[in-house]
Amino acid sequence: MLTINRDICGYCGCCVAVCPEGALELIDAYLSLEGDCISCGICARACPLGALEVVHEE
Amino acid sequence: MKNRYDVLVVGGGPAGALAARTAAEAGLSACLVEKRPAIGTPVRCAEGIGKELLKDFIEPDERWIAADIRRARIIAPSGDTIKLEQHQAGNEVGYVIDRKVFDRELVWRAAEAGSDVFVKTRAVAPIMENGAVKGARLLACGQPVDVRADVVVAADGVESKFARWAGLDTTVPLGDMMSCAQYLMTDIPIDAESTDFYLGRDIAPEGYLWVFPKGDRTANVGIGISGRQSRDGSRARHYLDRFVAENFPDGKVIEHIVGGVSVCKPLPCTVADGLMIAGDAARVVDPITGGGIFNAMFTGRMAGQVASECISAGDCSAGALMKYDEAWRVSRMGKTIERNYKVKDYFVTLDDAKLNTLAASLANIDMKEFKVSTLIMELIKRNPKMLMELRALKNSLA
Ligand SMILES: Cc1cc2nc3c(=O)[nH]c(=O)nc-3n(C[C@H](O)[C@H](O)[C@H](O)COP(=O)(O)OP(=O)(O)OC[C@H]3O[C@@H](n4cnc5c(N)ncnc54)[C@H](O)[C@@H]3O)c2cc1C
Ligand code: SF4
Ligand code: SF4
Repeated sequence: MLTINRDICGYCGCCVAVCPEGALELIDAYLSLEGDCISCGICARACPLGALEVVHEE
Repeated sequence: MKNRYDVLVVGGGPAGALAARTAAEAGLSACLVEKRPAIGTPVRCAEGIGKELLKDFIEPDERWIAADIRRARIIAPSGDTIKLEQHQAGNEVGYVIDRKVFDRELVWRAAEAGSDVFVKTRAVAPIMENGAVKGARLLACGQPVDVRADVVVAADGVESKFARWAGLDTTVPLGDMMSCAQYLMTDIPIDAESTDFYLGRDIAPEGYLWVFPKGDRTANVGIGISGRQSRDGSRARHYLDRFVAENFPDGKVIEHIVGGVSVCKPLPCTVADGLMIAGDAARVVDPITGGGIFNAMFTGRMAGQVASECISAGDCSAGALMKYDEAWRVSRMGKTIERNYKVKDYFVTLDDAKLNTLAASLANIDMKEFKVSTLIMELIKRNPKMLMELRALKNSLA
C-alpha cells in the first residue's frame, strides 16, 4: 500500500510522471492516489523529498 | 465558459499559453484551463533561458528579468573550472527570469489575443467519440462542465495525464527522470553574472547542481539527480542540503522548490485524433540541460498554428495533425533533443576521474562559439586515452 506524507510532499508531480499505472494525480497542492496502485515503489524512488512509501502489510 | 471552442488548451504554462495565443491570433475561439488557482506558482524551475531563444516569443522586460548573465562556469569534481564567456556560450547563457511574472505575462498575451482563460479549472477526462478526442470534462472550481472542441492541446506539464487518459503511454522511465530540489537563497556570496554548474558523483549523481543568480546575493541553488540514483537518505534534497551547508552556511532559504524534469526521448507520437501534446507533456525537454521553457513555447506555438490550419481545412484527424509532430521533430529543437539524448547517455556513464580528465583537458579552451559538436571534437583531440569511447559517441551522433 502506498502512503503519502503530505507534510513532506512539495506537490511537484515528479512521482505522477513515473508511475507506470497512472495511479497518481496532482490536484494543485494535493497529491492523490486515484487509480490502481501495484505497489511497485517507482514513485517513491523518484520523489526528491521522500514523501512516499510503499508499506507491505504482513 | 462556453460549451464549445475551436481549441481547448489544458495547462497554463508556457506551452499552453503559446498554443492558446497562437490559436486566438489565427482567429479561432480558444480556451485555456489551468488547474491551479494562480498561473506560475508554485514555481518549478531554475529559470534560466538563452536570450536568443526568448526573442521570438516576447520582448525582454525588466519586470521578469531577474539577472542578466555574462558567463557560465562548469565546475568538475576536482574543482577545475571551464569558463564560457557570453560570446562562446550563446544559448547556454542568457537571463535568469522570474517565472511567476513571466508565465503570467504569457497567459495575459493569450487573453489579450482573445483566448478565454479559466484558473482553478482542472481537466479530469477527455470526451471520446469513436476513439477521437472531442473535448474535455472539466471541474471548474469543483463544478463539472463538458467543453467540446475540434482540437484539444494537452499542455499539462510533467505530471501530464490528459494524453494518457486518451490512450497514449506517457510514463517517464525512472532513470530518465531528473529528481530535483531547489532553494531560492538570499544573503549568499555568488558571482551575480555567472550561472554555475557543478558536476560529480558525490555532488549530483547522473545530474548536476546549479547556482543561477537572481540578483546580487540571491540565487536559485538547485540540483537534479537521476531517479535511478534517488533513494532513502540520498535524495535530491539531501545532496542539496549538503552542498548548501558546505558552501552557503549563512544563506537564508526564502523559497523551497521541488520538481521532476523528464530527460527522456520525446513521446513517439505527439498527436491523436483531435489531440495535440505540447511542452513537457510531450517530453521535449533538452536531455542535457533540462531546459524546457523554450521548447514548451516552441511546440505550443506550433501546435496552435497546425491546429488552426487543420480546423480551417475541416480535418482534425491524427493524420492531419501529424504535420505538427513532423515539423517539431525536424526543427532545430527536435534535432538537438535527439542528439543531446545520446550525449547525455554517454556522460552519465563517466566516473569522477574521467570527468576530471575531460575538464582538465578543456582548461584553456577558447571556442569561438560553444557547440556540442565542436566540444566533442576538442575532447577527442585532447584525450587520446579516451579516444575509443569518444569516437563511438561522435559516430552515434552522425
Ligand atoms: C527544478 C527544475 C528546474 C528547471 N530549470 C529550468 C531552466 O532553468 N530553464 C528551462 O528552460 N527549463 C527549466 N525547467 C523545465 C521547465 O520548467 C519546463 O520545461 C517548463 O515549465 C515546461 O512548460 P510547460 O508549459 O510544458 O509545462 P508547465 O510549465 O509545467 O505547465 C503545465 C501546467 O499545466 C497545468 N495542468 C496540469 N494538469 C492539468 C489538468 N488536468 N487540468 C488543467 N491544468 C493542468 C499545471 O498546473 C501547470 O500549470 C526546470 C524544471 C524543474 C522542475
Ligand atoms: S514526487 Fe514527492 S514531492 Fe513531488 S508530488 Fe510526488 S510525493 Fe510530492
Ligand atoms: S507504487 Fe507504483 S503503481 Fe503505485 S503509485 Fe507508485 S509508481 Fe504508481
